[in-house]
Amino acid sequence: MNLFLRKLKLRTNLMAGGALTLLVIIMALFAPLLAPYHPIDDADLMVAEEPPSAQFWFGTDSQGRDILSRVIFGSRISLSVGLLSQTMNTIIGVLLGLTAGYFGKWWDDLVMGLTNIMLSIPALIFALAIMALLGPGLMNVFIALGLTNWSYTCRITRSQVLSTRSQDYVKAARALGYGRGRIMLTQILPNIVGPILVMATLGVAYAILLEASLSFLGLGAQPPTPSWGGMLATAREQFFTAPWISIFPGLAIFITVMGLNLFGDGLRDILDPHTSQQRS
Amino acid sequence: MLAYALRRLVQFIPTILAISLIMFILLNVLPGDATIMAGGLRKEVDPKVMAAMRREFGLDKPLYMRYLVYLRDLARGDLGLSFLRREKVNQLVGARIWPTLKLAVVAMVIAVGFGIPLGFFSALRQGSWLDTFSMFGAVSGVSIPQFWLGLLLMYFFAVQLHLLPASGYGDGDLPHLILPAITLGVSYMALLARTTRAAVVEIHTADYIRTARAKGLSELLVNRKHVLRNTLILVLTTAGLQFGALMGQTVIVEKLFSWPGIGSLLVDSIFQRDIPVTQGCILIIIVVFLLVNLSVDLLYAFIDPRIEYK
Repeated sequence: MNLFLRKLKLRTNLMAGGALTLLVIIMALFAPLLAPYHPIDDADLMVAEEPPSAQFWFGTDSQGRDILSRVIFGSRISLSVGLLSQTMNTIIGVLLGLTAGYFGKWWDDLVMGLTNIMLSIPALIFALAIMALLGPGLMNVFIALGLTNWSYTCRITRSQVLSTRSQDYVKAARALGYGRGRIMLTQILPNIVGPILVMATLGVAYAILLEASLSFLGLGAQPPTPSWGGMLATAREQFFTAPWISIFPGLAIFITVMGLNLFGDGLRDILDPHTSQQRS
Repeated sequence: MLAYALRRLVQFIPTILAISLIMFILLNVLPGDATIMAGGLRKEVDPKVMAAMRREFGLDKPLYMRYLVYLRDLARGDLGLSFLRREKVNQLVGARIWPTLKLAVVAMVIAVGFGIPLGFFSALRQGSWLDTFSMFGAVSGVSIPQFWLGLLLMYFFAVQLHLLPASGYGDGDLPHLILPAITLGVSYMALLARTTRAAVVEIHTADYIRTARAKGLSELLVNRKHVLRNTLILVLTTAGLQFGALMGQTVIVEKLFSWPGIGSLLVDSIFQRDIPVTQGCILIIIVVFLLVNLSVDLLYAFIDPRIEYK
């Protein structure tokens, strides 16, 4: 019974998370069709700070823009920041982890040293340091977050390489005369895709939260771009008089990140039961 | 054990050196901005004044020289001079460190005090309403944007119910501390609950638990003597590692609640391009994090009798 309940719970995570994520992706893809108004141009000061109504489901902001439309378009920014920066993280992490694990020696020492240093710098602090160098802006957020969160991927890739390197099929490939690059790409990489995919899913969720934090501090997408974190930052002043301006973008971040986290958890339980404690 | 602690402290030196180098390069590759800002934001600054200021802050030297000077000062415990306020960074940071530590420690106490028991009892009653509820809470806790949670808490407890002050430091009293500490602690608490639950579930399948039960120990004693202790060993590592994330998040929480700590100083210094202050704040945050991890390692000795420090 217990086992059955647990199995059911695993599936619930995956299904619920997948459904939420799919919903957000659809929202981002079809934003122009779904949004009742234009997120930037349809500003009408006559209807500024209107509470939610039949005309404006989520109310309007201080410039009279429809919050529902801005939230719908905001999904494009959050998702693209999450996906692009996590792709960058995954590439860096996998590349460093693969080569460190495979070549060993001084390269391994160097990469692991760097990884350990990255692990001892809080992600938000490192992202802030890069933003301090590059200055505010959405493009810079992509770069900052893409350089911030690769260390877990790198560590896991490396340890997986070390454990697969001495497997018979890798030895066989070497005996067949495969080159190093070919062995890494065709023999080792396919066997470690599971954990990397899990890390990437959770990483997208984390990147979306970090983007929101940077935007909240005023370092992210600049107005009038409809980004969820940025909307929250500008709405802070009116939070006590017009809370709906802040509630809906915050809710959007919350639901998106929760969907991705649930999906990542579900994936991990299926693909990779052993590392379920590496990073919860 | 003292020798072990000292050796670990010595091992910090290369880590700190590497971190300071990375941060120094990141923050200093852009040359002139800082002096222009320090000149008071005026567009036209007399080149002579600029040159004098560059000399004053040592910015006329090449980057590697500046790093060596920075290191020399750092070895003496001197974090440098603020571009903007012409005060010692030590003083600026020193004034802010206590509020941040207070906030972080209270947040950690809340997180540990609620997160570990929640995870523990959820695991003992898998599939119960408590389990379902707390694990849903735990996923929500790691997914909720912190500043949004903070805003909601402010709205309910300060604006609607008038129970607590909305923001500010007051004179550092408890009522001012509660909302920011909860905001900061929630994601940490959620993480600890999840880790604890996973650890307990795993430990319950271990052979020594079966042995303990087989020799007739009551379930209560099994849980208290065997499960709890082994759980804490597993959870402590996560607790230590994730404390870094907590220190990072103080930036957001302090900014939101106008809390006069290191985090808000860091954000302000980034906007003012006051690089020595930015550098100092980052270094202090990382050092605190490293020290916490050292204490975690030392704590193992009390919890896990198998570990001996030589």
